[in-house]
Amino acid sequence: MSNSTPAAQKVDQPNSLHMIAVLGGFSFLSGFLIFFVAHATEAGIKQNRLEQLRGAVFQVLPGAVSSQAFAVESDGFRPVEIDDPTPGMKKVYGGYDESGALVGVAIEVAAQGYQDVIRAIYGYDPGIGRTLGFAVLQSSETPGLGDLIGKDPEFLANFFASETSQDTLSLELTADGLGLAHAVEFAKSGEKSKPWQIEGISGATISSKAVVRMLNDGSQEIIPLIHAHLGQLQKGSS
Amino acid sequence: MAQGNPPTTMDEFVKGLWRENPVFVMLLGMCPTLAVSSNVQYALAMGACATFVLVMSSVVVSLIRKIVPKEVRIATFIVVIATFVTMVDYVMQYLSLALYQALGAFIPLIVVNCIILGRAEAFACRNNVWKSFIDALGMGLGFTFALLCLGGVREILASGTILNFRLFGPNYEPWGVMGLPAGGFFTLGAWLLFFNWLRERRARKLQATE
Repeated sequence: MSNSTPAAQKVDQPNSLHMIAVLGGFSFLSGFLIFFVAHATEAGIKQNRLEQLRGAVFQVLPGAVSSQAFAVESDGFRPVEIDDPTPGMKKVYGGYDESGALVGVAIEVAAQGYQDVIRAIYGYDPGIGRTLGFAVLQSSETPGLGDLIGKDPEFLANFFASETSQDTLSLELTADGLGLAHAVEFAKSGEKSKPWQIEGISGATISSKAVVRMLNDGSQEIIPLIHAHLGQLQKGSS
Repeated sequence: MAQGNPPTTMDEFVKGLWRENPVFVMLLGMCPTLAVSSNVQYALAMGACATFVLVMSSVVVSLIRKIVPKEVRIATFIVVIATFVTMVDYVMQYLSLALYQALGAFIPLIVVNCIILGRAEAFACRNNVWKSFIDALGMGLGFTFALLCLGGVREILASGTILNFRLFGPNYEPWGVMGLPAGGFFTLGAWLLFFNWLRERRARKLQATE
């Protein structure tokens, strides 16, 4: 307006320093509070995740009553504690029945899903070259759609044997034992025709394909290694 | 409340529960309402998380309202809300990893729930701490009530249970679609029809008595 002086206009201008101080101050306080809560809950969350992993190992290895964690190394498997914190250590879990015989091996896998990385674990029977089970460890997939990869009985039937069908996902090796005979493939719901295909969930194609990807990526190296050093895993429970 | 009189504490509380219910009247927070109301347990957990964030952020916004320049108020409110959401995220993982994973992305997404920023901007930054607390508590409980209305119906129809307690015999045929997102829309539509019918009936009665 014509009657406003330059001094008055200057007063109306927002004070940048004040804004920076307020926003910076609250961000600093926010960071401090979050750090405090993260620190206070860290041990409990770690314990919860460990319990979840223990439960998942028995879930994907039906019939197992005890388990042993192994570190994956270039020359085979070395028994370690399940909560061994060594950074970058890749682990598998042997499951044993009451007589101490190896039921199968649980293998952790991961792949990018629709929202975020999906972490899962599957059970593998080296005797028949097929999966024994599958469980999701961590997922941010859409509730009611993508999260069905860990809940939908028809999808889980790809991995778990039932009274009516023992035809779970096939992860057979090539004749030389150096890789999978067939890469795991995705099949639309109701169109599965081969034992190495996973029948996806309608409406959750991206999440279903993430499971296919994680099984391919997570099996190509580890399955041949399991067969090459099966003796080390069979001795695990002794 | 009589016309012209300032609203009482009870008015501020009850408005969120009924008269201005964030879900059934203002149609806010639809994303978690439809996605996380497939059963009563999820509805309760989401309601409790959202109510905690709503109450705490409203109280803090009311406390700091005089020192925050208006140009950065929305950014500051978002920082405050995100702080409480992140705290809830950690505490939820600590208390129940299974429930945390069941609610999935909808816990972090509380940050963008319009009810929370809406109450901060429309009420908490203009009122004192006590009023803001009561308003946020009413709105939070109103949101939880709406989630429970949806979660109860959907769990009964989709699984024949309430809080995993079986209500019907073995011959009950579950109505699977009610557990899916489409079931959320059907149930929300039915509740909206019901509450609007109640409101109209009440208005007609008031007219008749006048």
